[in-house]
Amino acid sequence: MKMIIFVSPVVQILIFGYAATMDITNIPMAVYDVDNTKESREVTRDFTYSKYFKITKYLSEEKEVQHVIDHGRALCVLKFDRGFSQNLVGNRTAHIQLVVDGTDSNAAQIIVGYSNQIILDYNNRALQDRAHVYLTRLNIVPYVDLRDRHWFNENLISRNYYLPGVIVLIVSIMSLLLSAMAIVREKEIGTMEQLMVSPLKPIELIIGKVVPFGIIALVQVILITVVGNLWFNVPLRGSIPLLFISTLIYLMTTLGAGLLISTICATQQEAMMSVFLFYFPATLLSGFAYPIANMPVIIQYLTLLNPMRYYLTIIRAIFLKGVGVAVLWDEMTVLFIMGAFMIFMSAKRFRKTIG
Amino acid sequence: MAVIKTTNLTRKFGDLTAVDNLNIEIPEGEIFGLVGPDGAGKTTTMRLLTGILDPTAGEGWVYGRHIVKEAETLKDNIAYMSQRFGLYEDLTVIENINFYADIYCVPDSERAAKIEKLLGFSNLTPFKERLAGRLSGGMKQKLGLACALIHTPKVLFLDEPTNGVDPVSRRDFWRILHNLLKEKVTIFYSTSYLDEAERCKRVGLIHKGRLLRCDTPEEIKKETGTKSLEEAFVSIIGEYESAKSV
Repeated sequence: MKMIIFVSPVVQILIFGYAATMDITNIPMAVYDVDNTKESREVTRDFTYSKYFKITKYLSEEKEVQHVIDHGRALCVLKFDRGFSQNLVGNRTAHIQLVVDGTDSNAAQIIVGYSNQIILDYNNRALQDRAHVYLTRLNIVPYVDLRDRHWFNENLISRNYYLPGVIVLIVSIMSLLLSAMAIVREKEIGTMEQLMVSPLKPIELIIGKVVPFGIIALVQVILITVVGNLWFNVPLRGSIPLLFISTLIYLMTTLGAGLLISTICATQQEAMMSVFLFYFPATLLSGFAYPIANMPVIIQYLTLLNPMRYYLTIIRAIFLKGVGVAVLWDEMTVLFIMGAFMIFMSAKRFRKTIG
Repeated sequence: MAVIKTTNLTRKFGDLTAVDNLNIEIPEGEIFGLVGPDGAGKTTTMRLLTGILDPTAGEGWVYGRHIVKEAETLKDNIAYMSQRFGLYEDLTVIENINFYADIYCVPDSERAAKIEKLLGFSNLTPFKERLAGRLSGGMKQKLGLACALIHTPKVLFLDEPTNGVDPVSRRDFWRILHNLLKEKVTIFYSTSYLDEAERCKRVGLIHKGRLLRCDTPEEIKKETGTKSLEEAFVSIIGEYESAKSV
């Protein structure tokens, strides 16, 4: 049990840190270059020089395009028709075809985005080269240049965004499971009946259950934070005491919900299923993977009832933005109210009678 | 003054009447045996009297406390050992006892002496450091009893405590009970072993929630003209069933 409680967060953070990255790099790409000219090879080279694409195969026949996509050897195929360079040289629009595996629509969009950027850069360079040669004055034609700065996650490392979220996932599932098992387990082994005939008050029993699990969850937060910060260099810009305080407030909601489940369910199996019934929707609607702003309006309102959503906001803000109570107090207040309500409900629901 | 008293105590679960208008009075220091077939309502009666199950109708008092309105102060004075006494199997014998001592706020000054006495009585002293989960069935029940007695209750409820317990442990068990009776502890004992029922001061026969007879074992045998309680109960239940079917 001790192993599971303390080793599993570390294993999960390692998996998330190393494997589960949303950064799309090394996209396997096949090239079908019928034109095979200096220009077409230049474009191909631009793709490989960007860190995003990796050429896995050069195709020599049209039917191979279908084949590599079908077999997943490549996520996209770059195709130059005959006459590509002739068009360019002859000042006509030259076409390139990009066949993209759209199964993962999100990745497909990113691939198209990267490709557009590469082609845009190629065009700009080509334009500048020619302008230099023929029309030096073209250089002073004004044009708009967008310079972007990414605050809080300067290099857009998705790990920085996701690892703090992993804290939320692990703390949630652990505290929910442990507390949901707590009372049900005692019902199953028969100690609950014994506790009921004792003068122990319901709130004393609830506190007795909540405090140890709260401590375990805090230790897990420390573990994940240390590994995330020191090993994966995820920045921790905000205050560590604030991280703990908001975690404690959040734990009131999950431990309260777990205990509530525990008082309702008769068996540990039932409790476990109920936890997942709560956990999965809460995770999906928390903004961990899918932005809340993309959800239908009615679902967006529904997420306001999801404690995980607030904690995730707080955690990301503390880690990446480094903001403090002045910014986060409303999320913390909502969590506190939810948590107090949950604990109260579970103590109320836990009447010291059977059936 | 009766230590346990009920008037028309009734508990229904849906259509099933588990305890049907139960009226009993048990004086201080008596050991009362509640006997009856499985599903007769013995455990439900126990739970009603210990304040962990609310009655549908009727009332009851234990040690002068109303079983619903004063359930919390009632609990300071009683002990209840359920059929499957809940021990924490991942704690040792002594840790289990200490846990119950903590819950009942047994003062430290009295604790050591009490624990020693209880362990001595139940012959568990050599197994003090053994995990409760590794005790034999009989030892588990004796440990359950030791835990239940740590706060010196005035009334003791035992729900089939010796089911599946070996004869030696059973003898230990009854020796402890006799010592308690000397200290004026009232014991409410449910059992399906009729030889144990014979050792009770009075026995109540419960069948389908109804208390059919309640008297000393001798009286019951005399009244039915039988030699053993077993025969007596078979004849009483048979009589009840035939009367009902008519």
